[in-house]
Amino acid sequence: MSTPKREAYDVVVIGAGPAGLAAAATAAEAGLSTLLLDENAGPGGQVFRAIASTPVTERAQLGADYWVGADLVKAVRASGAEIIQRATVWSLDRHIEIGVSVGGVSAFVKARRVILATGALERPFPIPGWTLPGVMTAGAAQTMLKSSALVPDGRTVIAGQGPLLWLLAAQILRLGGRIGRILDTTERRNYLAALPHAFAFLTSPYFAKGLALMREVRAKVPVVSGVGELSAAGDGQLATVTYLAGGRRETMQADLLLLHQGVVPNVNLAMAAGVEHRWDESQLCWSPVLDQNGNSSIDGIAIAGDGAGIGGAGAAVFRGYIAARAAVEALVPASAAKLTPMAELRTGLVHAERGRAFLDTLFRPAPQFRIPSGDTVVCRCEEVTAKDILEAVAIGATGPNQLKAYRRTGMGPCQGRLCGLTVTELMAEARGKSPQEIGYYRLRAPVKPITLAELAAVAKTEDDVKAVVRG
Amino acid sequence: MFKRSDQDKRPSVQIFVDGAAIAAREGDTVSAALLASGRDVRRATAVSGAPRLPYCMMGVCFDCLVTIDGVGNRQGCLVPVAEGMQVEIQKGKREIGR
Repeated sequence: MSTPKREAYDVVVIGAGPAGLAAAATAAEAGLSTLLLDENAGPGGQVFRAIASTPVTERAQLGADYWVGADLVKAVRASGAEIIQRATVWSLDRHIEIGVSVGGVSAFVKARRVILATGALERPFPIPGWTLPGVMTAGAAQTMLKSSALVPDGRTVIAGQGPLLWLLAAQILRLGGRIGRILDTTERRNYLAALPHAFAFLTSPYFAKGLALMREVRAKVPVVSGVGELSAAGDGQLATVTYLAGGRRETMQADLLLLHQGVVPNVNLAMAAGVEHRWDESQLCWSPVLDQNGNSSIDGIAIAGDGAGIGGAGAAVFRGYIAARAAVEALVPASAAKLTPMAELRTGLVHAERGRAFLDTLFRPAPQFRIPSGDTVVCRCEEVTAKDILEAVAIGATGPNQLKAYRRTGMGPCQGRLCGLTVTELMAEARGKSPQEIGYYRLRAPVKPITLAELAAVAKTEDDVKAVVRG
Repeated sequence: MFKRSDQDKRPSVQIFVDGAAIAAREGDTVSAALLASGRDVRRATAVSGAPRLPYCMMGVCFDCLVTIDGVGNRQGCLVPVAEGMQVEIQKGKREIGR
């Protein structure tokens, strides 16, 4: 584990998930000096997590879609790209200078182009009791399953909606884990709203796969549909889950509650760099403003994968190829000829995105699970409740940035990743504005915490010292 | 809360949690090893002292913060275990100098 070998690269790719693997391999194969930085111990991102090291040897248990990642890893390892794992990128600016921490040592590297492939994170699911030990995200359980072959044991409840929820449930069952009940929060009215998009979905690969997964899970686990209220309770540890469905309220004992209501772009690094984002009303999140090659509002910064707007792993791979090909065309046009033609990549992307509008509409999270009330914690780090935020609005807080001064929301270590969307939507509703008008936290480097000692130890030029030392 | 699958044949790695030895597996993150240990590994938050366990396991929620080999506020879900590693469960704020 060491810091980057060079001070400057043609292309730096940040994130080794589907998009980043595809982008780095393409750029390096075309002869560009390429650096791939990734925060995890091994490549794969979330979808292909632990693809090179998983202890799950029964391949069918994780599914064919997972093992696709192995080919991407093979390609990037053969491409000549420099790959650094456990590298935390904590800064990116409009001059395309990247601050990266590896093994407690920070360095700065320059790039002619940077491709952000920082992916997605799970949408906050702020219900009463979601901070209790024993409440985790579905993605968390899937991470443990893929990387350590750990499965839920004891009384487990999975609640929420979306494709990942069913995939996780099937994987847990295949590995011999137990699930007591699934609480489906999909709103009934969404089925009707999604109907206009049904044809594209029915003819997409999602349909057959989704149906098979749901059948597999329903054969073994009781599923409660139409869950409109959900809460967790316990004294310092999860003890019960309470839900309302079909007019009936039920409380059940639980050791583990796994929550999931879709994923949203991980915007922190892009926003801190100053990339323009807009509120996406169909996916209820912030998405960067990009051209068809993934180029952002900042010259030299492109975004590929779910960080560009949620499209899934298949689309992410194509977006990675497209962003990298565009970089090759700009930097070494002669080398572009040997890459897959752009038209072919765009056709592939369109195919991969088929069915997405249906999923977005069907699995649009219900308002009560996005915009909490009363004593429900919104900001997990600073322990700020919905009521606290509404009180701050009542005495003059106009948006997320003013709210920081009132309540410190978003100022804890997670830097708004777990509360930002909730704060925006909660304040928008309270003030009768749109999320776009309310805006988001102003994010700044370092986007991941580093120690002052590490920052102070970064190599300095004489000019750097002169800039801050008097005399 | 979690159990290991029988097909997991990775070598064992011994780490210490508040001085007590636990058996992890090579490639586990600190957080995964803690959750698999069956011990009470709840930290206490810096703000109110409320008990927490890891929530996201992917580096974004910071509810897995632990002291590893004397360095506080490490994200346990991003750090792989190593033989002999000393992990301390944080109770409240990170201490100055650690």
